[in-house]
Order: sequence, then C-alpha cells, then structure tokens
Amino acid sequence: MNSLTVRALLVRGMLAGLAAGALALLVAYVLGEPRIDAAIAFEEAHSHEHEMEVVSRGLQSTAGLATGVLVYGVALGGIAALAFCFALGRIGRFGARATALLLSGAALVAGYVVPFLKYPANPPSVGDPDTIGKRTALYFLMMLLGLLLAVAATILGRRLAPKLGNWYATVAAVAAFAVAVGLAYAFLPAVNEVPADFSATLLWQFRLSALAVQLVLWAAFGLVFGHLAERVVTARPAAERAEAVSVAS
Amino acid sequence: MASSIAPPAAGATTTPAPLPLKAIAPWALFAGVLMLILLYFVGAEQGATSLLSGSDVHEWLHDGRHLLGFPCH
Repeated sequence: MNSLTVRALLVRGMLAGLAAGALALLVAYVLGEPRIDAAIAFEEAHSHEHEMEVVSRGLQSTAGLATGVLVYGVALGGIAALAFCFALGRIGRFGARATALLLSGAALVAGYVVPFLKYPANPPSVGDPDTIGKRTALYFLMMLLGLLLAVAATILGRRLAPKLGNWYATVAAVAAFAVAVGLAYAFLPAVNEVPADFSATLLWQFRLSALAVQLVLWAAFGLVFGHLAERVVTARPAAERAEAVSVAS
Repeated sequence: MASSIAPPAAGATTTPAPLPLKAIAPWALFAGVLMLILLYFVGAEQGATSLLSGSDVHEWLHDGRHLLGFPCH
C-alpha cells in the first residue's frame, strides 16, 4: 500500500513543519519583533490620528505571531511533503534525506527568495493601504512564477542530463531558471512605497530578519523531514507489515 | 579512462523507487487544498480580500504577515 507511505510522509511533513515553525518563531520573535516595534513607533510619530487597537500589541507580538508562523510551517510542511512524495526517485539518484534537503532549498529559493527580491517584506508603515490588492496579487504571482519556473527548470535538467551529463545539465537548468526569473523581474511592475524619511537601517534589518526566518524554517524543515522521511522510505516494506498488524489487532 | 572508475560500492546507496502517482494524487488533492486554505488565512484573509467581515483575523496575524513577507496593509 503506497498510499500509506504517502500518508506517513504527509503527517511527518506537517510535524516537521511544526518543529521548523517553532524554530522560525524564535527567530521571528528575537530578530523581527524589535524591528516591528521600531517601525510602529515611526508610524505613530508620523500619523496624527490614533487608531483603535483591535488586538493589543502584546498579543500580536506573541500569540498572534505564533499562530501565523506555526500554521505557515504546518501548511508548507504538508505541501513540501507532497512535493517530496513526487520528487523522490524522480529527480536523480538522491536518497530521502538529500531529496528532502534539495527540495527545501528549492522551496526557499523559488517560493520565497525569488518573490522577495522583487517584492521584499515590508515593516509596518511601509506600503500604501490603497494598493494592498495590487501588491498582494503581484506577490502571489511572483511566488507562483518562481515555483513553476523551478519545476520547469527541474524537468529541463532531467531532459538534458543524458546529453550533457548531470553536472552541465544542472548548470544549464539553473542558468535557464535565472534568466527566466530575470525576465519576469524586468516585465513586472516595481513597487516602492517606503516613506522618504523611513530609516534605511531599520528597513534593511527588518528585511534581513524576515529572510532569516525563512532560512531557519526551510533549513530546519529539510533536515528534520529528511530524517523522518528516510526512516519511512527505507523501512517501507517493514512499515507496511507493522501497519497491517496494528490494523488487525 | 580514469574517469570511468565506478564510485566505491561501500558508500553507494540505492535510489528509492518513485511512489506511483495514483497513490499521491488523492492526498495531494485533499491535503494540498487544505494546506492552501491555511496559507490563505495566514497570508491574505482580510487583507486584499475578505471572506469574513471585520479585521480580527488581520489584526491577530499582523506581525506574522509582516515577518513572513506577505503584503499586510
């Protein structure tokens, strides 16, 4: 029953995503929250109207942040596990751990770094509320484009491998990916809504900490999920027997 | 001809057999959609579009959205 293997991998992906999310949450709280507070202080110093707080800052920066990062980790962990089920044994001669780490690296680059370089994360007080619809659409479009181009590059690399060998096929596929992303950057509209007097240092630090959150999330996910997946994959026949026994008893 | 020497057998691991697509498809459909809905709520609900009225979801996830790179407001 291969379906049970898929289920086992999916569950482990979500758990690994939760664990990775917990580490990312720590980074977000320690590195990110001071920058959010500083950006909110800038916002309040510059606006004369006082908005009513729906959720207090204390809750937003703790329970709210935790909800966001952990659910994000679980959801992406599940999706990455499904992608792993597909990639395993299909992207070259890689075992479960290497496949998991490669997949995580690809997810980080194609799903986060690619949209980030064009439409980077912004702290509070950066961004015009009137353009939220356009910015959200562009961000998700760039994310989708990065992921689709990564899949296309992987297929291209696999096609070229018999002719060029694995090394040069990979180089060619990565180069094609970079060129395609560059073209997308050139044709999609730029968004720059940073207030003129917003601290450049603060903006840089905020964006770096947002990047650090993702780096930790995907590195942790790749390693934890790879460890768990290796055990599922190498013990596939044994696990299926155990499953049958536990169902019977 | 030196380049044609095979890698040492001791370190060689066998490539896992691919899982059949038929086994992946139902999980991908069911769990994939569920996960995307979760991502939508974390990243975009009550931002660009709203399924629920008010701004409670937006406010609760405010810091997470900023730090996860989603356009927040």
